[in-house]
Amino acid sequence: MVKVTIDNREIEVENGSTIMEAANRAGIPIPKLCYLKDINEIGACRVCVVEIEGKEKLVTSCNNQVEEGMVVYTNSAKVRRNRRKTIEMILSQHNTDCVTCARNRNCSLQTIARDLNILDVPYEKELRPLPWNKNFPLIRDNDKCIKCMRCIQVCDKIQNVNVWDIEGTGSRTDVYVAGNRNIEESDCTLCGQCVTHCPVGALRARDDTEKAWWAIDNKDKVTVVQVAPAVRTAWGEAFGMTPEETPMGKIVDALKRMGFDYVFDTVFSADLTIMEEGSEFVERYKKGDTRRMPMFTSCCPGWVRFVKARYPHLADRLSTAKSPQQMFGAVMKTYFAQKIGVSPENIVTVSIMPCMAKKAEREMELFYEEYAGHDVDVVLTTRELNRMIKMAHIDPHTLTEKPCDRPMEAGTGAGVIFGTTGGVMEAALRSAYYLMTGSNPEEDAFSKVRSSREQKLWKEAEFQIKDITIRTAVVNGLGNTAKLIEALERGEVHYDFVEVMACPGGCVGGGGQPIKDGMELADGRSGTLRDLDKCAERRFSHENPDILKLYEEFFERPLSHKSHLLLHTEHGR
Amino acid sequence: MSRLEIPIPNRAQLVVEELYRDLERRIESSPSGLCPIDMSKAFLELCHAQSCGKCVPCRVGLGQLKAMITDVLEGRASLSVLEEIKETAECIMESADCAIGYEAANMVYKGLQGFREEYEAHIEQGRCTCTYQQPVPCVSLCPAGVDIPGYIALVYEGRYEDAVRLIRKDNPFPTTCGFICEHPCEARCRRNMVDDSVNIRGLKRMATELAGKVPPPVCSESTGKKVAIVGGGPGGLSTAYYLQLMGHQVVVYEMLPKLGGMLRYGIPNYRLPKEKLDEDIDAILATGVQAQFGRRIGIDLTIDELRKEYDAVLITIGASTDKKLGVEGEDADGVISAVRFLRDVGKDQAIDLKGKEVCVIGGGNVSMDAVRTAVRLGAKKVSIVYRRRIADMTALRDEIDGAIAEGVEVQVLKAPVKICKDADGRVTGLEVQPQMISSIKNGRAGVKPSGEENFTIPCQTVIVAIGQDIEYQHFADAGVPINRGVIQTQNYGGFDLLPGVFAGGDCATGPATVVRAIGAAKVLAANIDEYLGYHHSISSGVEVPQPNIADRNPCGRVNMTEREACERVCDFEGVELPMTEAECRQEASRCLRCDHFGFGALKGGRSTLW
Repeated sequence: MVKVTIDNREIEVENGSTIMEAANRAGIPIPKLCYLKDINEIGACRVCVVEIEGKEKLVTSCNNQVEEGMVVYTNSAKVRRNRRKTIEMILSQHNTDCVTCARNRNCSLQTIARDLNILDVPYEKELRPLPWNKNFPLIRDNDKCIKCMRCIQVCDKIQNVNVWDIEGTGSRTDVYVAGNRNIEESDCTLCGQCVTHCPVGALRARDDTEKAWWAIDNKDKVTVVQVAPAVRTAWGEAFGMTPEETPMGKIVDALKRMGFDYVFDTVFSADLTIMEEGSEFVERYKKGDTRRMPMFTSCCPGWVRFVKARYPHLADRLSTAKSPQQMFGAVMKTYFAQKIGVSPENIVTVSIMPCMAKKAEREMELFYEEYAGHDVDVVLTTRELNRMIKMAHIDPHTLTEKPCDRPMEAGTGAGVIFGTTGGVMEAALRSAYYLMTGSNPEEDAFSKVRSSREQKLWKEAEFQIKDITIRTAVVNGLGNTAKLIEALERGEVHYDFVEVMACPGGCVGGGGQPIKDGMELADGRSGTLRDLDKCAERRFSHENPDILKLYEEFFERPLSHKSHLLLHTEHGR
Repeated sequence: MSRLEIPIPNRAQLVVEELYRDLERRIESSPSGLCPIDMSKAFLELCHAQSCGKCVPCRVGLGQLKAMITDVLEGRASLSVLEEIKETAECIMESADCAIGYEAANMVYKGLQGFREEYEAHIEQGRCTCTYQQPVPCVSLCPAGVDIPGYIALVYEGRYEDAVRLIRKDNPFPTTCGFICEHPCEARCRRNMVDDSVNIRGLKRMATELAGKVPPPVCSESTGKKVAIVGGGPGGLSTAYYLQLMGHQVVVYEMLPKLGGMLRYGIPNYRLPKEKLDEDIDAILATGVQAQFGRRIGIDLTIDELRKEYDAVLITIGASTDKKLGVEGEDADGVISAVRFLRDVGKDQAIDLKGKEVCVIGGGNVSMDAVRTAVRLGAKKVSIVYRRRIADMTALRDEIDGAIAEGVEVQVLKAPVKICKDADGRVTGLEVQPQMISSIKNGRAGVKPSGEENFTIPCQTVIVAIGQDIEYQHFADAGVPINRGVIQTQNYGGFDLLPGVFAGGDCATGPATVVRAIGAAKVLAANIDEYLGYHHSISSGVEVPQPNIADRNPCGRVNMTEREACERVCDFEGVELPMTEAECRQEASRCLRCDHFGFGALKGGRSTLW
């Protein structure tokens, strides 16, 4: 332990604590901009500087440690002057058209400037806009970038995709796409982690809300919307409401109030995915197809983009099953269109996802006899859902729980946990067990596969089902995934079935989720999904009555000819 | 009324003078990778500020050049601007009245010629493709990539053994390099911006001196693979060390009786005491590296035999034969190459120079080693004979000064034309042709005959130190590619057509420094390991202390001191004296910790394994 005095308060903190951590311990939150724990401790913004007694130069509190007897001032005249000047400098190079910024009222720079009561900036404005393709799902405004470098670090250290880098030197130093490429040419997986870790509005997702409003307003169109499991864990955060106060039923109410004609829960198509992907796995396993390399899940489009860009030779190891989003879209424009007697051309399928890569997934190449066009027409993130709620001036406190529409209403706990790391694997194993043995396992028999954002590398588990041993791995974050693939390719490990989610913690930590700067909320949101699974009436996808009916009336059985045509794709092509 | 006044320096001018010196030091430590066009603009602004303003080309033209370069930088220019910049620069070069103008324009012109692609990239893509390349200048410039801020921090804390462990991660010759490394790391030390570079080599020497004997780390589990290394110099032994740590059994073949190569048989004891060299070699051998002595490649064993017997073969034979002068009388009795001369001393078979006059031809470090050794062997008079000036010598300044202090004569601007001999074929003198310094080409001043008469420097021994060659014939016969007398490897250190054979060090680069051979050894060890089907990594397990956050107030650099010249010439004992522990700690505290403060915190600050 080390004794330090911070702003005249004597405290004792652990050896190796940073000054910022020590101050936090003393109840003194030091303002900061670039700092991201363990990821970006580079002292670049200089906002967190403090004065140390006996030292002329200020030091950054985020990446310097306390020493025995150190006397620290976090708010001396010198500190105040410097912090203020620094923010003024940053503002001189920041586009401060805040009212038209996606991060207005959720921007760390705005908050600090307001907290420091900066009313005038003495410096000349120096903006450096750079061109960008605004049709790309990820949008970057250079003149809002404060060069905190977090995007570079998150993409390098967590995701290992290395999309961003510093370009140029001196006064013309910019953050831009690495290797002198454009974003379209880069390996960007659209995981959106750079967006959710940007302290300002320099990075954002393309806004597609107007497309949804257009469909709602168009009398010839029937709007059919699906909501992914992870959305319910997080949308309420933006309104200061707890997950208990903001269940799926209230999203249904909000969407109906906006004017969507039909609202469904993606949990339904997650169950459908399990039927297809679980059956595919059992088939591939029995054929001996997983003896060298595993079958990988394919429901995460960030991961699918990653594998195609980095390891194209492994694309045929992906499950051919489409993701729940795409499956639901395909079902909406076929089975459901027939049910309601509407031509698929007049159905607009919308999905609300915790994810930015889903915006690109809807553009995926179609190989079979899907409805000509796209399975899904508009993909919105959780943040866009919240924006639409505000645009429709709906007070979220007035929402009440409403059921989803028929005939694709039912969902199981297995489908719910699709939104968290380990969930797809657990759901698949529950049904694979049934497929192999004809009876259900214990409900929590596969809890060993449950992972978290904190999991180092990946989580492996081995299960004995009758005389068969199945080796599984669950991984989240693409940096961990790259390491897993290296280990697989070197033959250091072997698994039969691997679940990959690109975002740390899974979809709950997705790039389309609400942003709370400095907080990693994925594991808390996962807890919500696991509770929902635990309390669910049904916990096995193969017991979803509406799924069973869908097969009976339309697809016949998993991996049938029809389901191949509509619910599968060819990643390896 | 007085007719004349004594000028009193104006205060502003005095401060500006000081700022000039600050700027000089700053430019000295300028990192590479900066945008060359942005730098050109900055230089131009300085040049323009120097203009007296009398003449149009300089007063106006330089400003217009700056405006055009700014347009390029801001992405406002089209390609045609390059022609305009060129023409304007040419006109200023041709029409400006004084050097302030024409040399300023010349700088822009040179840049336009030298990095036209960068100009074009800015214009065509609107992007600057430059990125900062030296996050931690010393580490970037060390060929072996030694974690310099790391071990300096450990020295500061008195953790000398850990410092040695950390150095060995990248360099298994810490003691040796503490004595004789040419320390390219110090060249751009950011501390120059404050006062002066950190004495990095001195601190490395102190780390090893104060640590005592530090055992090497434990080797990885044996892989059962065997690697033969031909040549037991620093490159071969460093590779051997890392391969052995990775679990492969290494056998080093050395033609001379002891290991060390040029470190033992080239560098004199007074610069690198042999017991110090042995400390490094003992630690390397302690890992289990085996050595076989006295067998010469191409005579006693062949590369093909080694390829059959071992899983991989590495050639690190160094550059150990001498270059010939090509003048009349070179065959005279009493002419000896520096390599041979120093090797004989290393083998305790020194030739007798007592009372003799010696001429050493050449201005490099080997030449300095030869003259200072000749002095210690009792020569009556020792002269360096060099075609150019002292400033043009490639030897380290300290070595030249050391030689002069020891009474060596320096005959500059003398080109050897003939070695005179007596009827018995013995050397009697060296005939030289006086030279005058001449025009500068490729940044180096040339010489031409001054027209003065040739004359003869009387001597009985001539030592030729004009470079070394590589004995490559056997390898050429075995199919190893050779280019201009140097073994030509791919950049991974091997040969596409000879799988399992690798080469590195001086024999693959031409004569270079110890630390470059060590840097190559890391590449070779990693790639041989990979070739053998493994992926071992090398790390130190040492945690680097947090930087101290003290203010970096200007403080003089601790330089090493030497024994008195009159005393040290009487023996071959070490010349350089160590720092005191207090000096050592103060010097270590001068390190700015660029791994933590600055770009290093973001990227490239530290690689803990390779």
